[in-house]
Amino acid sequence: MRAPDPRPRSHPAYLAFLVHRLSGLLLALFLPLHFWALSHAIRGEAALEGFLRWTDHPLLKAAETALVVLLAAHLAGGLRVLALEFLGWRAQQKTLVAASAGVALGAGLLFLLNAG
Amino acid sequence: MIEVQVWRGDASGGGLARYAVPARANQTVLDVVTHIQREIEPDLAYRFACRVGMCGSCAMVVNGRARWTCRTHVSKVAQDGKLELRPLSNLPVIRDLATDMAPFFDRWARARGQFQPKDSADGAVPDEFAVVPPASAKRQAADAGIECIGCGVCHASCDIVAWNPDYLGPAALNRAWTLVNDVRDGARRERLDAVAGDAGCHACHSTQSCTERCPKGIDPSGAIAGLKRTLFWRVFGLDR
Repeated sequence: MRAPDPRPRSHPAYLAFLVHRLSGLLLALFLPLHFWALSHAIRGEAALEGFLRWTDHPLLKAAETALVVLLAAHLAGGLRVLALEFLGWRAQQKTLVAASAGVALGAGLLFLLNAG
Repeated sequence: MIEVQVWRGDASGGGLARYAVPARANQTVLDVVTHIQREIEPDLAYRFACRVGMCGSCAMVVNGRARWTCRTHVSKVAQDGKLELRPLSNLPVIRDLATDMAPFFDRWARARGQFQPKDSADGAVPDEFAVVPPASAKRQAADAGIECIGCGVCHASCDIVAWNPDYLGPAALNRAWTLVNDVRDGARRERLDAVAGDAGCHACHSTQSCTERCPKGIDPSGAIAGLKRTLFWRVFGLDR
């Protein structure tokens, strides 16, 4: 069994598929952490506030930005797939991929601007 | 000279053999393979027929990508004067560059790729010619995929075919979509049933390698999306 050859897969639509799939997996892995963070609220206001102060750390803000980009990429990628399957657009696939990437990066940038 | 590496072997395994082939003007990859077979290695197995992009028999993996070799110029694909030729992926190798295309065409049959005249269910030639306006939307949708030559490039480029051995694959599904749009065809329901299963159109992840690599410029990925759409609306009793 040979290792996967990147050469037949080097085109924008394949990259968009990979980003959509991997962002979905990473978001699913993050979900338990998200619920764990929310669980602080059950233990009281102080516990949640303490946790939220801890997340003000620049490193965590950077991770949070990455998370926002992942979420936006998954959303935009999902809308792209819906458009491609329901609208039957044939000629504009690469434009759709580029637009999805733009939406994802734009969302990350907006978050960073607000985080500062 | 072109430095050519050719995969040689059979179903039990093999490896790359190295050949030096004289470079010529307007040389195609198929010319290179033919040179090796005629001048250097007479027992090299490969397949071709028309040499002009009509028969779909000469497809191989050239420098990592599936291509029709008769219409691929060496000057367009050689990297530093080097070529690497392998048999098509996702199909059993018979020997060297010749793959067994039977599993590929079996999928066409499973997807009900045969035309079923509406006016004569027994398959006989209908009495009257069907009048189909070429500019009608249905005919245009059918025409979009009708020029497939069955070369197997999309099949070899598709990851889902590699992951799911039962998957019908882009070529068979493109054929099914062509017939779904053919107003003369009478097996629409059965065909949609045939492509609706777990190994049918819903298995496609829209990686679009088929569309990207099709040498005829056909869009099997769009055809598969069309099948998914038609099946979706059918759930609500709508014929779209």
